[in-house]
Amino acid sequence: MPILVPEHTGFLFPNDLHVSWSLMIVMYPYITGLVAGAFIVSSLYHVFGSERFAPVGRLSLGASFCFLIFATAPLLNHLGHPERAFNIMITPNFRSAMAGFGILYNTYMLILALEIWFVWRQDIILIARHSRGIKRQFYKLLALGVYDISAEALAHDRKATRILASIGIPAACALHGYVGFLFGALKSNPWWSTPLMPIVFLFSAVVSGIAALIIMYMISMKITGRSISDECVDGLSKMLWAFLIVTLTLEILEIVTLAYEAAEEWQIISSLLFSKLSLEYVGLQMMMGGFVPLILLAIIVLMSPTPPIRNTLALISSLLLLVQVFAMRWNVVIGGQLFSKSLRGFRDGYQPSFFEREGVLAAVLILLAPFAATLVFARVLPLFDYIDKQAQTRRPGPGEQQVPLTSE
Amino acid sequence: MSKLKNITEITEEARQEAEREGRRDFLFRLAGLTIGGVFVNILGSGLLRGEAEGADDVTPTPASGRQGQVTNLPPKGYNWEDHLYAYLIDTTKCIGCGMCVRACKNENDVPDGFYRTWIEEYLIATNDHGDFDVQVFSPNGGLFGFQASQSPLAVSKGFFVPKMCNHCDNTPCTQVCPVGASYQTKDGVVLVDKEQCIGCGYCIQACPYGSRFLDPVSHTASKCTWCYHRITRGLRPACVAACPTGTRVFGDLKRTDDPVLVALSKTRVQVLQPNLLTKPRCYYVGLDLEVR
Repeated sequence: MPILVPEHTGFLFPNDLHVSWSLMIVMYPYITGLVAGAFIVSSLYHVFGSERFAPVGRLSLGASFCFLIFATAPLLNHLGHPERAFNIMITPNFRSAMAGFGILYNTYMLILALEIWFVWRQDIILIARHSRGIKRQFYKLLALGVYDISAEALAHDRKATRILASIGIPAACALHGYVGFLFGALKSNPWWSTPLMPIVFLFSAVVSGIAALIIMYMISMKITGRSISDECVDGLSKMLWAFLIVTLTLEILEIVTLAYEAAEEWQIISSLLFSKLSLEYVGLQMMMGGFVPLILLAIIVLMSPTPPIRNTLALISSLLLLVQVFAMRWNVVIGGQLFSKSLRGFRDGYQPSFFEREGVLAAVLILLAPFAATLVFARVLPLFDYIDKQAQTRRPGPGEQQVPLTSE
Repeated sequence: MSKLKNITEITEEARQEAEREGRRDFLFRLAGLTIGGVFVNILGSGLLRGEAEGADDVTPTPASGRQGQVTNLPPKGYNWEDHLYAYLIDTTKCIGCGMCVRACKNENDVPDGFYRTWIEEYLIATNDHGDFDVQVFSPNGGLFGFQASQSPLAVSKGFFVPKMCNHCDNTPCTQVCPVGASYQTKDGVVLVDKEQCIGCGYCIQACPYGSRFLDPVSHTASKCTWCYHRITRGLRPACVAACPTGTRVFGDLKRTDDPVLVALSKTRVQVLQPNLLTKPRCYYVGLDLEVR
């Protein structure tokens, strides 16, 4: 009775022939990273009042929320028993880092939902006032029975937003730092086990979040026929450059330290990175995804090119950086499972198939879902229009009545 | 003063005990060994099945419950405070026959391609630089035994190392389980509650020994239980019962005359990857520095 054994070289512990954390576990930190990154940009506007980020202030919040909703999707698709997922919250083992997931995720979700409510509260009420029937009822529901949009109330909203956003920053850091901790705190795997792991994860999360925002912002402007704010793209590019420098420095420092220490694990890690993952690590994560955008962004920062050139450079860098961060997640999650804990052998790669449960198609759908959700979000809560201005200039159309809302 | 025994004597006693316990089975298995090849497997598995069924009054159906009810539970009246189990592997005695792997597979219905226990073969040669060239094999975890060496090395040292869950006292696998499905019993065994396990695979990543796997049928984490369904009924784990050379010794540290306890107190023993401080309760005699 022959047993099918995956291709491998060297000696693997027999159970290490299987990659138990699949493409889905690559997707999970990737999407969570986008959440944290987008949120940190939104906080720059809402907490620190950087007006140049006003054009993406709402987009970043909305996108962060939509990514957060789908952050659990790859996990649920990965679990052997997704129907027991709530056990993490019902019977948590607090010695496990993973048991923190429910707390961190829900706390962050709550902060984000509240912040969104405060930011859009005025719009919700104005839309409700200008609509009828089901739409009106829906927005009334969203308003949660509070219809006060006096200047005083709005000032209160802004204050609440600022407080929530400032709580949100450590919450976002905790949510993503935790994801890095899941890997960094495993002494069984020398490629994961480093205190740098949560920090590297966090910084690369911010990079991916800003990159995704730049792309979403530019596409949104193109679709809606608005003009791109020079200041905003310029500011985002500079911030992206700064975070990229820190991220790359950390990623390189980690390797340099391992190489210099040259302890037992370096032998297997060096062959992992420079032979097994030469394309994914050297090619995608470091060269194409790391140094190329570093140079492109440096051009924006140091040479102040004309807006069309700057926008193109920013867009290309952002696309490359989304690839870079994905490659980084892949190299950590999959890379860490390509070698055996015997430290004596490798699997011959891991290729998820297209249609399998945890395959490429599922990953693409899960990655597209937050973007689709952002589109839906934009239909419900405007990302770029400030409805109050509209409402002030616009008279009610025929059949529309401006009816004051009460808490009836 | 207790009499001083060396490890050979201890394991020899264990072997004699095994013979007394089931001399007929033991001899049959030895006979099976000499026949070799696939025939060994068929004969061996048949016998082991027979043993499990024959002892039906005390032995429940296989622990995985794939063919019957889930029965990791100890019998009524069993007090886990009265026991503290430990395991001793004398690598100098292992002949790589694979009986233990087959016994485990049969007893626990281990799915193909996954291993609750396995055997590694180390072939070591010194090279010109005064260093070692090492080759390690574990074809199908040693399930079908080992072929004669085809190594290109001028092997000067070769040995087998049986491996399994180390049932660590300070175990990283139960630490990381988010729902408490992986747990330690008071008698020192690490188990998985497959009714509670969500199949996240974190414990598999956390185990430094590669002892865990995701069961492709139940979609939950699975591993060696030291045959908890047997040991709580006074039987030895299937692998220990099947071992023809006394390589594997099972013991209860709360018994003063326990062979493992005596070995731990009188013999030089090692554990795997001691630097990780997982405090394994699976001890080794005759480990080499090349073994992780």
